[in-house]
Amino acid sequence: MIEQMNFLFVGVGGQGVLTASDIAAQVGVDLGLDAKKSEVHGFAQRGGVVESHIRWAKSVGSPTCEKGTVDILMAFELLESARWLEWLRPGGTIIVNRQQITPMSASVGDETYPPEEEILAALHTRAGRVIVVDALPLAERAGNTRTANTVMLATLSTLLDTNPAVWEQAILRRVPSKYADVNRTAFQLGREAVA
Amino acid sequence: MKILLSGNEAIALGAWEAGVQYASAYPGTPSTEILENFARYPGIKAEWASNEKVALDNAIGASFGGARTLAAMKHVGVNVAADSLMSLSYTGVEGGLVLVSADDPGAFSSQNEQDNRQYARHGKFPCFDPSDSEDARRFVGVALEVSERFRTPVILRTTTRLSHSKSVVDAEPPTAREFKPLPKFKRGDGMTHVIIPAIARRRHPEIEQRLRDIAAWAESAAINRIEWGDKRLGIVTTGIAYQYVREVFAGSSILKLGMSYPLPLEMIRSFAAEVETLIVVEELDPFIEDQLKAAGISVAHGKDIIPLCGELTLEKVRRGALQAGLIDEAPPEELPEPPALHVPPRPPALCPGCPHRAFFYDMARNKRKAIIAGDIGCYSMGVLPPFSSMDMLISMGASIGMAHGFRQAGGQEKAVATIGDSTFFHSGLAPLASAVYNRANIVVAVLDNRITAMTGQQDNPGTGITLQKQEGEHIDIAAVCRAMGVAFVEEVDAWDVDAVNKTLKAAMAFKDGPAVIVVRGACVFTPHFEPRPRLTVDPDKCIACGKCFQVGCPAILKSDEVFPKTGKHKAQIDPLLCTGCTVCAQVCPTQAITPFEETYRGA
Repeated sequence: MIEQMNFLFVGVGGQGVLTASDIAAQVGVDLGLDAKKSEVHGFAQRGGVVESHIRWAKSVGSPTCEKGTVDILMAFELLESARWLEWLRPGGTIIVNRQQITPMSASVGDETYPPEEEILAALHTRAGRVIVVDALPLAERAGNTRTANTVMLATLSTLLDTNPAVWEQAILRRVPSKYADVNRTAFQLGREAVA
Repeated sequence: MKILLSGNEAIALGAWEAGVQYASAYPGTPSTEILENFARYPGIKAEWASNEKVALDNAIGASFGGARTLAAMKHVGVNVAADSLMSLSYTGVEGGLVLVSADDPGAFSSQNEQDNRQYARHGKFPCFDPSDSEDARRFVGVALEVSERFRTPVILRTTTRLSHSKSVVDAEPPTAREFKPLPKFKRGDGMTHVIIPAIARRRHPEIEQRLRDIAAWAESAAINRIEWGDKRLGIVTTGIAYQYVREVFAGSSILKLGMSYPLPLEMIRSFAAEVETLIVVEELDPFIEDQLKAAGISVAHGKDIIPLCGELTLEKVRRGALQAGLIDEAPPEELPEPPALHVPPRPPALCPGCPHRAFFYDMARNKRKAIIAGDIGCYSMGVLPPFSSMDMLISMGASIGMAHGFRQAGGQEKAVATIGDSTFFHSGLAPLASAVYNRANIVVAVLDNRITAMTGQQDNPGTGITLQKQEGEHIDIAAVCRAMGVAFVEEVDAWDVDAVNKTLKAAMAFKDGPAVIVVRGACVFTPHFEPRPRLTVDPDKCIACGKCFQVGCPAILKSDEVFPKTGKHKAQIDPLLCTGCTVCAQVCPTQAITPFEETYRGA
């Protein structure tokens, strides 16, 4: 029985991070816990950094996590996993999507997008477990690249002692009904990828 | 039914439940979703006003007519509405009137961090401070009751963190409701809803008495409550800060204020007498702390340990508590040094296909010839590289007046004001009239993307579509400028680099008063935007000159391939991001950028 969990979902605007965090907060409520989720939106429409905090507990106070206390960091983009690393509690778990979205500072400016091996090595210095997911190809296989966030949630659901049906139901309640089937498939593919 | 609602969704629900029949707002982060959500409830009227003062004036008219009403705006929007607000305090209200002020500690998407609780003291009316979505929903109703009972405007103050966080609310789905006509207007002696000097002088002492009456009410109001715990430490707190307090100081005694002005001083005094040490934890200004100190209540700690600037967090409150020795716990574990990996920043950028791109590319090339006075909107990103072409930027609608003042004071350079369509209707008309009147030789570029974009695509007078989706006449910006007496008015296609350049040049050469160019192109997020075939770079033609990088498009990436003569990286285009706007293709000197389909024709 889960007593409390701190999640931090991070990514780039347009990746469906906020929808996924809405669903994760709803799952907390469906499990009979108190839940809060918090993010800041505005200014960067597309292409900016997105962070969303989700907390489950008997009674949640602050809607944001405390730095260094995040149990599961879920990064929808590779570089973002490294940007938010110090929020993870030492020994915590990272789920990271292998997809790379080059920031303007590297595409136009003098910055460099670090190689994947370096990013993953950095994650291992703090995390107890790092799970790399190929969410975009799996979403494509499911039939729509926009279901990458469902693939990510499916991966997350395998890590927690929860009934997968609770997650699947929460996803299906949130997405438009015409996308129900493709999301159902994406959820299955996401779960199988970890198994 | 337990549902997760954001603070803004909860305010909309609370307003509907409390019988608000009419609401008006101008969009502004973090307030925007309040009206967007309220507009979906049955039996109500919800509107976008052209600016915050208009929104409040709309609400005042509704209140004087007897309706319960709400006006919503971001914190700096209250400055725009303040003229009416201050005098509304004197006239008082008929139907309950709530002004929602959405403050932005941390300045996530604002020009400043002003603490609008100060408006309550300044204007002598109450300020309610919810701590989560359930509070936000419930406090709207309480605020309306207080507004009617004491015939006063009230502020309901939310913050970015509250407005954009979701927490559990127990609510039933809305039932059907009819929009009701107001009762026949009560004219009375004709002096109730007007304010002239003789009335203002009579009203002032009555306002002071009203404030004392509200403070007396606050002494026993349920929205101010004490959570007794260990009496060695007592914390007075309010708003979102309460959530940090109840985690960091778990087990101590907490006085949670639902209203930060006027304060229930007797309640606080007796709380202070019961606890050994009294502290105040609040975000931004020492608003409560100062009031307690002025009342002679001994405050052991406040802003000496809780930061004055920026948004509060659990860490900041915990650090302050540890620093003052108020909590008995080991300081947070020293975390291992973050690994030596440099993570490149991801600054916001104009979207691929953005209609502002060609204009700022041109401005960046010509900036030495003119100063640029900017305004508030997505085009504020003209401040950032690669454009770095905005010399002044201060508030909504200020661009035209600043450009005007710069020139009239003897500025040597030409002055160009850039202003969006929504901002033009918000507060661009008055300064344009002033520029025409005073023959100010400035260029005004109205960047008309046919939407209020930065707050998330709200309609405005330029689109003609209302918040509740009625379609009507849209206002033609060029025609308005001509009618106002501007002698040079030209419209130009936002994605035509040459045409933008030529039109700007002609406008700058114009000598007879202000010249206006309307740069027209729909925001990529609107239905008016038509994506064109996406583009690709022919690596054999690319000479790595870097011109296309200067249009600042997130879809243009450095290729791994280098141009042998210079060793510089060639360009490539991310096909997932490209909208085919062709701005990059137009600036390419070797015609290396062409539509994808064309390149591969016959292959």
